[in-house]
Amino acid sequence: MARITAGVATSHVPAVGRAIDQGQTQSDYWKPMFDGYEFSKRWVDAEKPDVVFLVYNDHATAFSLDFVPTFAIGVAEEYTVADEGFGPRPVPQVEGHADLAWHIAGSVIEQDFDLTVVNKMDVDHGLTVPLSLMFGQPEAWPCKVIPFAVNVVQYPVPSGRRCYNLGKAIRKAIDSYPEDLNVQIWGTGGMSHQLQGPRAGLINAPWDNAFLSDIVDNVDRLVALPPEEYIREAGSEGIELVMWLIMRGALDDQVTELHRHYHVPASNTAIGHLILKNGN
Amino acid sequence: MSRSRPYDDVPGTTVFDERMARKGYHLNQFCMSLMKADNRERFKTDNRAYLDEWKMTEEQKCAVIDRDYNRMLSLGGNIYFLAKIFSTDGLSFQYAASTMTGVSEAEYLQMMLAGGRSPEGNRYRHEWEQKKGDS
Repeated sequence: MARITAGVATSHVPAVGRAIDQGQTQSDYWKPMFDGYEFSKRWVDAEKPDVVFLVYNDHATAFSLDFVPTFAIGVAEEYTVADEGFGPRPVPQVEGHADLAWHIAGSVIEQDFDLTVVNKMDVDHGLTVPLSLMFGQPEAWPCKVIPFAVNVVQYPVPSGRRCYNLGKAIRKAIDSYPEDLNVQIWGTGGMSHQLQGPRAGLINAPWDNAFLSDIVDNVDRLVALPPEEYIREAGSEGIELVMWLIMRGALDDQVTELHRHYHVPASNTAIGHLILKNGN
Repeated sequence: MSRSRPYDDVPGTTVFDERMARKGYHLNQFCMSLMKADNRERFKTDNRAYLDEWKMTEEQKCAVIDRDYNRMLSLGGNIYFLAKIFSTDGLSFQYAASTMTGVSEAEYLQMMLAGGRSPEGNRYRHEWEQKKGDS
Protein backbone atom coordinates (compact mmCIF):
# COMPACT_ATOMS: atom_id res chain seq x y z
CA MET A 1 0.00 0.00 0.00
CA ALA A 2 1.04 3.59 -0.54
CA ARG A 3 1.94 5.40 2.66
CA ILE A 4 2.70 8.98 3.66
CA THR A 5 5.99 8.83 5.51
CA ALA A 6 6.71 12.48 6.16
CA GLY A 7 5.68 16.08 5.66
CA VAL A 8 7.87 18.97 4.58
CA ALA A 9 6.93 22.61 5.01
CA THR A 10 8.87 25.32 3.25
CA SER A 11 8.57 28.83 1.89
CA HIS A 12 8.79 29.18 -1.90
CA VAL A 13 10.14 32.69 -2.60
CA PRO A 14 11.02 33.37 -6.28
CA ALA A 15 14.26 35.16 -5.34
CA VAL A 16 15.42 31.91 -3.71
CA GLY A 17 15.04 30.19 -7.07
CA ARG A 18 17.01 32.97 -8.72
CA ALA A 19 19.81 32.66 -6.13
CA ILE A 20 20.07 28.93 -6.89
CA ASP A 21 19.91 29.38 -10.66
CA GLN A 22 22.55 32.12 -10.62
CA GLY A 23 24.92 30.31 -8.24
CA GLN A 24 24.60 32.81 -5.38
CA THR A 25 23.70 30.41 -2.57
CA GLN A 26 27.04 30.95 -0.81
CA SER A 27 26.89 34.77 -0.83
CA ASP A 28 26.81 36.60 2.51
CA TYR A 29 23.15 37.43 1.95
CA TRP A 30 21.96 33.94 1.06
CA LYS A 31 24.25 31.49 2.86
CA PRO A 32 22.50 31.54 6.26
CA MET A 33 19.20 30.80 4.55
CA PHE A 34 20.52 27.93 2.44
CA ASP A 35 22.51 26.44 5.34
CA GLY A 36 19.16 25.61 6.95
CA TYR A 37 18.41 23.22 4.07
CA GLU A 38 21.65 21.21 4.23
CA PHE A 39 20.15 18.70 6.65
CA SER A 40 17.02 18.48 4.51
CA LYS A 41 18.93 17.65 1.33
CA ARG A 42 20.78 14.80 3.02
CA TRP A 43 17.58 13.58 4.65
CA VAL A 44 15.52 13.51 1.45
CA ASP A 45 18.38 11.86 -0.40
CA ALA A 46 18.28 9.02 2.13
CA GLU A 47 14.48 8.83 2.28
CA LYS A 48 14.08 8.52 -1.50
CA PRO A 49 10.38 9.31 -1.80
CA ASP A 50 8.69 7.82 -4.86
CA VAL A 51 6.16 10.62 -5.03
CA VAL A 52 5.86 14.10 -3.56
CA PHE A 53 2.33 15.44 -3.20
CA LEU A 54 3.20 19.11 -3.45
CA VAL A 55 0.73 21.69 -2.13
CA TYR A 56 1.45 25.15 -3.49
CA ASN A 57 -0.28 28.12 -5.00
CA ASP A 58 -0.20 29.28 -8.56
CA HIS A 59 0.93 32.91 -8.78
CA ALA A 60 -1.07 34.11 -11.79
CA THR A 61 0.74 31.58 -13.98
CA ALA A 62 -1.43 28.63 -15.01
CA PHE A 63 -4.62 30.31 -13.83
CA SER A 64 -5.56 33.79 -14.98
CA LEU A 65 -8.71 35.45 -13.69
CA ASP A 66 -10.72 33.69 -16.40
CA PHE A 67 -11.29 30.97 -13.86
CA VAL A 68 -9.93 30.48 -10.37
CA PRO A 69 -10.17 26.97 -8.94
CA THR A 70 -10.08 26.82 -5.14
CA PHE A 71 -8.35 23.43 -5.20
CA ALA A 72 -6.77 21.99 -8.35
CA ILE A 73 -5.03 18.63 -8.66
CA GLY A 74 -2.65 17.89 -11.52
CA VAL A 75 -3.26 14.51 -13.12
CA ALA A 76 -0.86 14.89 -16.07
CA GLU A 77 2.16 12.74 -16.98
CA GLU A 78 4.35 15.83 -17.01
CA TYR A 79 4.38 19.57 -16.38
CA THR A 80 6.28 22.31 -18.13
CA VAL A 81 8.19 24.87 -16.08
CA ALA A 82 6.48 28.23 -16.61
CA ASP A 83 7.81 31.45 -18.05
CA GLU A 84 6.67 33.83 -15.32
CA GLY A 85 7.76 36.96 -17.13
CA PHE A 86 11.53 36.58 -17.14
CA GLY A 87 11.92 33.25 -18.96
CA PRO A 88 11.44 29.76 -17.47
CA ARG A 89 13.74 28.67 -14.62
CA PRO A 90 16.52 26.37 -15.87
CA VAL A 91 15.21 23.34 -13.99
CA PRO A 92 14.06 19.89 -15.19
CA GLN A 93 10.54 19.16 -16.40
CA VAL A 94 8.31 17.89 -13.64
CA GLU A 95 7.13 14.31 -13.99
CA GLY A 96 3.66 13.56 -12.64
CA HIS A 97 2.14 10.38 -11.24
CA ALA A 98 -1.07 10.28 -13.23
CA ASP A 99 -2.35 7.03 -11.78
CA LEU A 100 -2.04 8.02 -8.14
CA ALA A 101 -3.27 11.55 -8.91
CA TRP A 102 -6.45 10.25 -10.54
CA HIS A 103 -6.95 7.89 -7.62
CA ILE A 104 -6.63 10.77 -5.14
CA ALA A 105 -8.91 13.01 -7.23
CA GLY A 106 -11.60 10.34 -7.28
CA SER A 107 -11.35 9.50 -3.60
CA VAL A 108 -11.21 13.11 -2.38
CA ILE A 109 -14.16 14.19 -4.54
CA GLU A 110 -16.12 11.24 -3.17
CA GLN A 111 -15.26 12.55 0.30
CA ASP A 112 -17.10 15.78 -0.66
CA PHE A 113 -14.20 18.06 -1.58
CA ASP A 114 -14.70 19.59 -5.01
CA LEU A 115 -11.36 19.42 -6.78
CA THR A 116 -10.67 20.83 -10.22
CA VAL A 117 -8.91 18.12 -12.22
CA VAL A 118 -6.18 19.54 -14.42
CA ASN A 119 -4.45 17.85 -17.34
CA LYS A 120 -2.40 20.80 -18.47
CA MET A 121 -0.80 23.42 -16.28
CA ASP A 122 2.60 25.02 -16.32
CA VAL A 123 4.15 25.06 -12.86
CA ASP A 124 5.70 28.20 -11.39
CA HIS A 125 8.15 29.03 -8.59
CA GLY A 126 5.60 27.95 -6.00
CA LEU A 127 6.30 24.36 -7.05
CA THR A 128 9.83 24.48 -8.45
CA VAL A 129 11.55 26.44 -5.65
CA PRO A 130 10.70 23.83 -2.97
CA LEU A 131 12.00 21.10 -5.32
CA SER A 132 15.25 23.03 -5.78
CA LEU A 133 15.62 23.66 -2.05
CA MET A 134 15.25 19.97 -1.24
CA PHE A 135 16.89 18.32 -4.25
CA GLY A 136 19.44 20.90 -5.39
CA GLN A 137 20.21 21.02 -9.10
CA PRO A 138 19.86 17.50 -10.53
CA GLU A 139 19.59 16.61 -14.25
CA ALA A 140 16.13 15.23 -13.54
CA TRP A 141 14.00 15.42 -10.37
CA PRO A 142 14.52 12.18 -8.42
CA CYS A 143 10.80 11.51 -7.85
CA LYS A 144 7.39 12.03 -9.31
CA VAL A 145 5.33 15.01 -8.25
CA ILE A 146 1.60 15.56 -7.91
CA PRO A 147 0.98 19.31 -8.05
CA PHE A 148 -1.89 20.50 -5.89
CA ALA A 149 -2.71 24.17 -6.37
CA VAL A 150 -4.68 26.14 -3.77
CA ASN A 151 -6.24 29.53 -4.43
CA VAL A 152 -4.78 31.98 -1.93
CA VAL A 153 -4.88 34.91 -4.37
CA GLN A 154 -8.55 35.81 -4.94
CA TYR A 155 -10.76 36.08 -1.86
CA PRO A 156 -12.51 34.32 -0.34
CA VAL A 157 -9.73 31.76 0.01
CA PRO A 158 -10.31 28.40 1.71
CA SER A 159 -10.22 28.49 5.51
CA GLY A 160 -7.52 26.84 7.56
CA ARG A 161 -10.07 24.35 8.87
CA ARG A 162 -11.16 23.35 5.37
CA CYS A 163 -7.53 22.93 4.35
CA TYR A 164 -6.80 20.77 7.39
CA ASN A 165 -9.82 18.56 6.73
CA LEU A 166 -8.87 18.31 3.07
CA GLY A 167 -5.48 17.04 4.22
CA LYS A 168 -7.25 14.27 6.10
CA ALA A 169 -9.20 13.30 2.97
CA ILE A 170 -5.97 13.24 0.94
CA ARG A 171 -4.44 10.98 3.57
CA LYS A 172 -7.33 8.55 3.32
CA ALA A 173 -7.01 8.55 -0.46
CA ILE A 174 -3.28 7.83 -0.43
CA ASP A 175 -3.67 5.13 2.25
CA SER A 176 -6.08 3.28 -0.04
CA TYR A 177 -3.82 3.18 -3.10
CA PRO A 178 -2.73 -0.44 -3.68
CA GLU A 179 0.82 0.08 -4.98
CA ASP A 180 3.64 0.17 -2.43
CA LEU A 181 4.82 3.77 -2.64
CA ASN A 182 6.74 6.07 -0.33
CA VAL A 183 4.82 9.34 -0.52
CA GLN A 184 5.74 12.64 1.10
CA ILE A 185 3.39 15.59 1.38
CA TRP A 186 4.86 19.07 1.16
CA GLY A 187 3.09 22.24 2.22
CA THR A 188 4.66 25.38 0.81
CA GLY A 189 4.43 29.18 0.97
CA GLY A 190 4.72 31.66 3.82
CA MET A 191 5.87 32.57 6.31
CA SER A 192 5.03 36.17 7.18
CA HIS A 193 5.34 38.50 4.22
CA GLN A 194 3.49 41.30 2.53
CA LEU A 195 4.40 42.16 -1.04
CA GLN A 196 1.97 44.98 -1.69
CA GLY A 197 1.00 48.48 -0.62
CA PRO A 198 2.49 50.84 1.96
CA ARG A 199 2.67 48.07 4.56
CA ALA A 200 4.90 45.86 2.34
CA GLY A 201 7.82 44.29 4.15
CA LEU A 202 5.88 43.22 7.23
CA ILE A 203 7.55 40.37 9.12
CA ASN A 204 6.29 38.90 12.39
CA ALA A 205 8.91 36.56 13.81
CA PRO A 206 7.13 35.77 17.12
CA TRP A 207 3.93 34.88 15.27
CA ASP A 208 5.84 32.74 12.75
CA ASN A 209 7.70 30.88 15.48
CA ALA A 210 4.49 30.16 17.34
CA PHE A 211 3.07 28.80 14.06
CA LEU A 212 6.14 26.58 13.58
CA SER A 213 5.72 25.17 17.09
CA ASP A 214 1.96 24.75 17.02
CA ILE A 215 1.81 23.01 13.67
CA VAL A 216 3.79 20.21 15.31
CA ASP A 217 1.66 19.61 18.40
CA ASN A 218 -1.03 22.25 18.87
CA VAL A 219 -2.64 22.36 15.46
CA ASP A 220 -6.14 23.02 16.85
CA ARG A 221 -5.15 26.62 17.54
CA LEU A 222 -4.00 27.15 13.95
CA VAL A 223 -7.00 25.44 12.39
CA ALA A 224 -9.26 28.00 14.06
CA LEU A 225 -7.42 31.11 12.79
CA PRO A 226 -9.58 33.28 10.50
CA PRO A 227 -8.05 34.76 7.31
CA GLU A 228 -7.92 38.30 8.74
CA GLU A 229 -5.57 37.10 11.46
CA TYR A 230 -3.09 35.92 8.82
CA ILE A 231 -3.40 39.23 6.95
CA ARG A 232 -3.05 41.36 10.06
CA GLU A 233 -0.32 39.38 11.82
CA ALA A 234 1.59 37.71 8.99
CA GLY A 235 1.01 40.14 6.11
CA SER A 236 -1.35 39.86 3.17
CA GLU A 237 0.68 37.07 1.56
CA GLY A 238 1.12 35.25 4.88
CA ILE A 239 -2.26 33.66 4.08
CA GLU A 240 -0.26 31.10 2.08
CA LEU A 241 0.31 29.35 5.41
CA VAL A 242 -3.14 27.74 5.20
CA MET A 243 -1.46 25.39 2.72
CA TRP A 244 0.75 24.04 5.50
CA LEU A 245 -2.45 22.88 7.20
CA ILE A 246 -3.25 20.60 4.24
CA MET A 247 0.11 18.93 4.79
CA ARG A 248 -0.49 18.70 8.54
CA GLY A 249 -3.96 17.23 8.08
CA ALA A 250 -2.49 14.43 5.97
CA LEU A 251 -0.03 13.40 8.70
CA ASP A 252 -0.67 11.43 11.88
CA ASP A 253 -1.96 13.34 14.90
CA GLN A 254 1.43 12.60 16.50
CA VAL A 255 4.46 13.55 14.45
CA THR A 256 8.17 13.81 15.19
CA GLU A 257 9.89 17.06 14.33
CA LEU A 258 13.15 16.15 12.59
CA HIS A 259 14.27 19.60 11.52
CA ARG A 260 13.35 23.26 11.84
CA HIS A 261 14.75 26.38 10.20
CA TYR A 262 13.68 30.02 10.33
CA HIS A 263 15.41 32.91 8.63
CA VAL A 264 14.71 36.57 7.84
CA PRO A 265 14.91 37.90 5.19
CA ALA A 266 14.70 36.26 1.81
CA SER A 267 13.85 39.25 -0.35
CA ASN A 268 10.52 40.37 1.25
CA THR A 269 9.81 37.18 3.14
CA ALA A 270 10.45 35.20 6.32
CA ILE A 271 11.64 31.70 5.44
CA GLY A 272 10.22 28.86 7.50
CA HIS A 273 10.98 25.18 7.08
CA LEU A 274 10.03 22.01 8.95
CA ILE A 275 10.43 18.30 8.42
CA LEU A 276 7.87 16.17 10.22
CA LYS A 277 8.09 12.42 10.32
CA ASN A 278 4.85 10.55 10.60
CA GLY A 279 4.29 8.94 14.00
CA ASN A 280 6.39 8.97 17.16
CA MET B 1 -26.68 42.52 3.75
CA SER B 2 -23.09 42.96 2.72
CA ARG B 3 -20.51 40.38 3.62
CA SER B 4 -18.40 40.91 6.69
CA ARG B 5 -14.88 42.04 5.86
CA PRO B 6 -12.89 42.11 9.09
CA TYR B 7 -9.71 42.72 7.08
CA ASP B 8 -10.81 46.16 5.88
CA ASP B 9 -9.22 47.79 8.93
CA VAL B 10 -5.72 46.50 8.17
CA PRO B 11 -3.73 49.59 7.13
CA GLY B 12 -1.75 49.95 3.91
CA THR B 13 -3.18 46.72 2.52
CA THR B 14 -5.56 45.91 -0.32
CA VAL B 15 -7.19 42.52 0.00
CA PHE B 16 -7.98 41.13 -3.45
CA ASP B 17 -11.61 40.25 -2.86
CA GLU B 18 -14.51 40.30 -5.30
CA ARG B 19 -14.71 44.10 -5.26
CA MET B 20 -11.13 44.29 -6.50
CA ALA B 21 -11.33 41.26 -8.77
CA ARG B 22 -14.28 42.77 -10.67
CA LYS B 23 -12.64 46.14 -11.03
CA GLY B 24 -9.31 44.71 -12.05
CA TYR B 25 -10.24 41.89 -14.40
CA HIS B 26 -8.98 43.48 -17.63
CA LEU B 27 -5.96 45.11 -15.95
CA ASN B 28 -4.89 41.75 -14.55
CA GLN B 29 -5.53 39.93 -17.83
CA PHE B 30 -3.30 42.49 -19.60
CA CYS B 31 -0.58 41.68 -17.03
CA MET B 32 -1.04 37.98 -17.73
CA SER B 33 -0.37 38.57 -21.44
CA LEU B 34 3.17 39.66 -20.52
CA MET B 35 4.07 36.04 -19.86
CA LYS B 36 4.70 35.72 -23.59
CA ALA B 37 8.02 37.05 -24.83
CA ASP B 38 6.62 38.62 -28.02
CA ASN B 39 3.93 40.46 -26.04
CA ARG B 40 6.62 41.77 -23.67
CA GLU B 41 8.50 43.13 -26.69
CA ARG B 42 5.44 44.82 -28.12
CA PHE B 43 4.59 46.34 -24.73
CA LYS B 44 8.14 47.58 -24.23
CA THR B 45 8.23 49.13 -27.70
CA ASP B 46 5.06 51.16 -27.12
CA ASN B 47 3.27 50.93 -23.74
CA ARG B 48 0.33 53.05 -24.83
CA ALA B 49 -0.34 51.23 -28.12
CA TYR B 50 -0.23 47.86 -26.38
CA LEU B 51 -2.48 48.99 -23.52
CA ASP B 52 -5.01 50.37 -26.01
CA GLU B 53 -5.66 46.81 -27.15
CA TRP B 54 -7.17 46.08 -23.71
CA LYS B 55 -10.56 46.97 -22.26
CA MET B 56 -8.97 48.87 -19.38
CA THR B 57 -10.01 52.26 -18.00
CA GLU B 58 -7.92 55.30 -18.89
CA GLU B 59 -6.98 55.60 -15.21
CA GLN B 60 -5.69 52.01 -15.19
CA LYS B 61 -3.66 52.57 -18.36
CA CYS B 62 -2.08 55.75 -16.93
CA ALA B 63 -1.23 53.95 -13.68
CA VAL B 64 0.55 51.25 -15.70
CA ILE B 65 2.44 53.79 -17.85
CA ASP B 66 3.47 55.66 -14.66
CA ARG B 67 4.39 52.33 -12.98
CA ASP B 68 2.38 53.55 -10.00
CA TYR B 69 1.84 50.22 -8.24
CA ASN B 70 -0.22 51.56 -5.34
CA ARG B 71 -2.60 53.12 -7.83
CA MET B 72 -2.77 49.90 -9.81
CA LEU B 73 -3.63 48.06 -6.56
CA SER B 74 -6.42 50.53 -5.81
CA LEU B 75 -7.78 50.04 -9.35
CA GLY B 76 -8.08 46.28 -8.93
CA GLY B 77 -4.58 45.09 -9.78
CA ASN B 78 -3.38 42.04 -7.90
CA ILE B 79 0.27 41.96 -6.92
CA TYR B 80 0.99 38.57 -8.52
CA PHE B 81 -0.40 39.83 -11.81
CA LEU B 82 1.33 43.22 -11.47
CA ALA B 83 4.58 41.30 -10.96
CA LYS B 84 4.53 40.57 -14.70
CA ILE B 85 4.98 44.31 -15.35
CA PHE B 86 8.06 44.79 -13.19
CA SER B 87 9.47 41.47 -14.39
CA THR B 88 9.09 42.77 -17.95
CA ASP B 89 10.99 45.87 -16.82
CA GLY B 90 13.71 43.59 -15.41
CA LEU B 91 13.04 44.76 -11.84
CA SER B 92 12.78 42.70 -8.67
CA PHE B 93 9.93 42.18 -6.22
CA GLN B 94 12.03 43.97 -3.66
CA TYR B 95 12.33 47.03 -5.89
CA ALA B 96 8.57 47.05 -6.56
CA ALA B 97 7.84 46.71 -2.84
CA SER B 98 10.12 49.65 -2.07
CA THR B 99 8.25 51.90 -4.53
CA MET B 100 4.95 50.99 -2.84
CA THR B 101 6.27 51.89 0.59
CA GLY B 102 7.69 55.22 -0.55
CA VAL B 103 11.32 54.57 0.39
CA SER B 104 14.40 53.93 -1.73
CA GLU B 105 15.33 50.37 -2.60
CA ALA B 106 18.44 50.69 -0.38
CA GLU B 107 16.38 51.81 2.61
CA TYR B 108 13.87 49.04 2.02
CA LEU B 109 16.65 46.44 1.77
CA GLN B 110 18.06 47.76 5.05
CA MET B 111 14.67 47.47 6.75
CA MET B 112 14.37 43.85 5.60
CA LEU B 113 17.90 43.01 6.75
CA ALA B 114 17.02 44.46 10.14
CA GLY B 115 14.10 42.01 10.45
CA GLY B 116 11.41 43.66 8.32
CA ARG B 117 8.54 45.97 9.20
CA SER B 118 7.32 45.22 12.71
CA PRO B 119 3.63 44.45 13.19
CA GLU B 120 3.68 46.84 16.18
CA GLY B 121 1.62 49.90 15.27
CA ASN B 122 0.82 48.36 11.86
CA ARG B 123 -2.14 46.15 12.64
CA TYR B 124 -5.06 48.60 12.51
CA ARG B 125 -5.95 51.64 10.45
CA HIS B 126 -6.55 53.73 13.55
CA GLU B 127 -2.91 53.20 14.53
CA TRP B 128 -1.80 54.76 11.24
CA GLU B 129 -4.30 57.61 11.55
CA GLN B 130 -3.00 58.27 15.02
CA LYS B 131 0.55 58.39 13.70
CA LYS B 132 -0.45 60.84 10.97
CA GLY B 133 -2.21 63.00 13.55
CA ASP B 134 0.86 63.03 15.78
CA SER B 135 3.25 64.14 13.03
